[in-house]
Amino acid sequence: MLLTWFLLVAIMLAAYVVLDGFDLGVGVLHLFLARTEEERTILIRTIGPVWDGNEVWLLAGGGTLYFAFPLLYASGFSGFYLPLMMVLWLLILRGIGIELRMHLDTPVWRGLFNGCFGISSLLLTVFYGAALGNVIRGVPLQRHGYFFLPLWTDWKVGPNPGILDWYTVIAGLLAAIALALHGANYAALKTTGELNRRARLAAARLWPALVAVTALSLAATLFIRPDLLDNYQRLPVLYAIPALVAGSLFGAWRLGRNGRERAAFLCSSAYLALMLAGAAAAVYPNLLLSATDPSLNITVFNAHSGEHSLAVGLIWWSFGMALAAGYFVFVYRMFRGKIAGKLDGHGY
Amino acid sequence: MDEALLLHRLQFAFTITFHYLFPQLTMGLAPLIVILKTVYLRTGNPLYNRAARFWAKVFGINFVMGVVTGIPMEFQFGTDWAQFARVTGGVIGQPLVMEGVFSFFLESAFLGLFLYGENRLGRVGHWWAGLAVFAGSWLSGFFIIVTDAWMQHPVAFARNAAGEFQVTSFWGLLLNPWALIQYAHNMCGALTTGVFAMAAVGAYYLLEERFLEDARAFLRVAVVVGAAACVVQIFPTGDLHGKFMAAHQPVTVAAMEGLFKTEAGAPIVILGQPDAENERIDNPLVANDVLSFLIYGTTTASVQGLNAFPKQDWPTNIPLLYYSYHIMAGLGTIFVAVMAGAVFLLWRGALFRTRWMLWILLLCTPLPYIANTAGWMTAETGRQPWLVYGLLRTTQGDSQYVNAGNGLFTLLGFMGLYGILAILFLFLVSRTIAHGPAEEVAPGIASGAPVTMA
Ligand code: HDD
Ligand code: HEM
Ligand code: HEM
Repeated sequence: MLLTWFLLVAIMLAAYVVLDGFDLGVGVLHLFLARTEEERTILIRTIGPVWDGNEVWLLAGGGTLYFAFPLLYASGFSGFYLPLMMVLWLLILRGIGIELRMHLDTPVWRGLFNGCFGISSLLLTVFYGAALGNVIRGVPLQRHGYFFLPLWTDWKVGPNPGILDWYTVIAGLLAAIALALHGANYAALKTTGELNRRARLAAARLWPALVAVTALSLAATLFIRPDLLDNYQRLPVLYAIPALVAGSLFGAWRLGRNGRERAAFLCSSAYLALMLAGAAAAVYPNLLLSATDPSLNITVFNAHSGEHSLAVGLIWWSFGMALAAGYFVFVYRMFRGKIAGKLDGHGY
Repeated sequence: MDEALLLHRLQFAFTITFHYLFPQLTMGLAPLIVILKTVYLRTGNPLYNRAARFWAKVFGINFVMGVVTGIPMEFQFGTDWAQFARVTGGVIGQPLVMEGVFSFFLESAFLGLFLYGENRLGRVGHWWAGLAVFAGSWLSGFFIIVTDAWMQHPVAFARNAAGEFQVTSFWGLLLNPWALIQYAHNMCGALTTGVFAMAAVGAYYLLEERFLEDARAFLRVAVVVGAAACVVQIFPTGDLHGKFMAAHQPVTVAAMEGLFKTEAGAPIVILGQPDAENERIDNPLVANDVLSFLIYGTTTASVQGLNAFPKQDWPTNIPLLYYSYHIMAGLGTIFVAVMAGAVFLLWRGALFRTRWMLWILLLCTPLPYIANTAGWMTAETGRQPWLVYGLLRTTQGDSQYVNAGNGLFTLLGFMGLYGILAILFLFLVSRTIAHGPAEEVAPGIASGAPVTMA
């Protein structure tokens, strides 16, 4: 039961990263890929009808976390108070940016909202990566399960860390590059002509950087947290995950070069999901690691909510998610295919 | 009270109050749009489709604001109310996830199709998309009310040794009687906002002598639905709500009504200022025996006043609670009068030329927002000093590790950001209204190309 809910939360967050990930990636890239306002509009239209639905995975995933592991939700969200609030502000700015830019057709209005959309998307990717970095590195948990982290202290990984230190900055960088590449693959899949060419070029250029930073972050993780290999030693089949990560990276490069857009996009999706799976496999059964004393870790065993809630929850949760999956299939089918060149400029 | 707690409360109150300005219009307009689409489907009169399209545009702008201000709400239970989240997550986590899983997915999936898929879906398909959006928004309201109702009137739970609450009955939680009454009352309130908005735009166009046809269609629908909603708002839903509270939160009712001393044949205070220090009402205008009658159905029943309860259980801000309640109820009475007058004029065929009535409808626009906000202020300040009524005090719920400085910083951040959102919203909506429901081709892109909403 506890493992099931751990997996469900992990799957929902992975779905969020894969789905909203390409929205964020397109958000970052439109600043660089589009040369004209029309091209920009086409790029943004590739995600227009789906970004809000994709973002709901964050809400549903966060909610599921709250429901299944209240202690983790309470401790994590209050401990990461400042960066989380900033993430909320960035989510607001991103939503406003993408939705309101079409309302007025003047250079200043468009420029303002395009910038708002692009910059908030970029910062969000960095924050998400850094957040994951914090979970892996550990936080100074106190005896009652709470902590509070300042934004930064001395940038060192130690007993007195900040949200940002050299390790979490690497994680943020990794997320930014990975999501930009994912967004480029998506943009290539949905566009034609010149834009499509540029999107593929962007993916190809980001690829070596992604390989380098992935390797760097792996090394850094093993350096600061060698104990994360314990689960892998115990269950060697888990080593398949890093192998698959490497495979998906290779696939993203190879298939992208051969113009297999859909397959390349699936590879970058798999890369993101597998990276998260690798992290989840390493930390389980811990949910939040203590930076100082492992006996203070928040684990699935001390954070979960009541058995009855969890048992009944499985029923309605499965039912609701089946419905939601149905809507997703329907909507993505309705909006399938590439965005054609000419547009008529209808926004809200 | 400690300063950090005060800031957590202010922050929550500010962000939720601002958020709720948008969903009330979303939930109010959604059924009206479905009505317009239905009339169009049955009569084939394109006027109603044009009206639906116009309101869908307003809906779209409003929806964006609702979404971006709703996301912070979902996380604030953890950021600002960590202790509360920790002990109640096993219960209220459930309706909160259900809201995401059952309604936000539905709404977000179909809104894009509704706004920009008219050509692709065809007439009937488009109607279904509208219905899905309506269902999504009303379901969302339901789950959030279940959450709030459990805090007001906790049911279907058990508490373990660590003080954590757990659900013992799934249906018991969802069908909490408090939630059902609260939902009915609250949805009437949302509908009230929707009909007054639609009526005001209709009245505005008539007074300006533009879009006359459209304006009449708006007014017809708004006034008929509005009269029904405003009556149901008071009776039975408001009345039941009050009776239920008298049974379960008598001290709150005493404070709402400004009743400091237990009385048989208790009067209702129509006007007057509560003086909480000296425990009396200044400048009172009262109607004798009415309160006893409203609560117990007889004029002689004894109603408990504040003096019947220990002071530490009194609501923390009695004047605010008293005024909020009186503003809500006072406005509710005014709405019934306005809508009844408008329906009467409509029936006599005179509404569209009665300029004073059109002016009244126009000027009423902000009032439902005030009434709804005041209603929530009543509910939430009335629940004090408890977070979970009778079980968990507000002082036990906030995040101990988040200090006042951080709380103030983020409160100011939200205030600045929301100020900008408010300006953008007003600007875009007034532009849409000034532009009007002009004739245009169905939104969407030439056949074959995907339609998007960016
Ligand atoms: C247009 C909005 C509107 C109007 C005209 C009214 N209400 Fe209301 N009322 C609400 C909108 C609202 C609300 C926003 O929907 C509340 C807040 C919480 C809730 O569930 O509903 C509410 C709460 C609320 C409560 C407190 C619930 C609690 O503490 O949980 C009571 C006793 C009433 N109402 C009763 C009335 C009466 C007797 C009214 C008329 C004379 C009235 N309301 C008009
Ligand atoms: C499901 C919906 C809601 C939930 C779960 C909820 C929950 C809470 C919580 C946890 C607090 C903080 C503790 C406190 O100070 O009371 C609070 C306070 C407050 N909420 Fe709500 N709330 C909800 C809806 C609303 C709405 C829609 C409004 C207003 C439009 C509102 C207005 C307030 C106000 C004004 C306070 C401050 C009360 C005070 O501190 O005296 N709430 N609510
Ligand atoms: C603490 C309380 C609340 C939380 C956590 C919350 C959360 C949210 C979130 C996350 C969204 C955005 C959904 C999306 O991305 O599509 C949203 C929108 C919405 N909320 Fe709230 N909300 C709260 C209070 C309320 C209340 C009191 C109501 C009504 C009774 C309400 C009704 C809605 C509706 C109808 C929407 C969708 C339409 C719109 O955005 O305008 N919410 N809410």
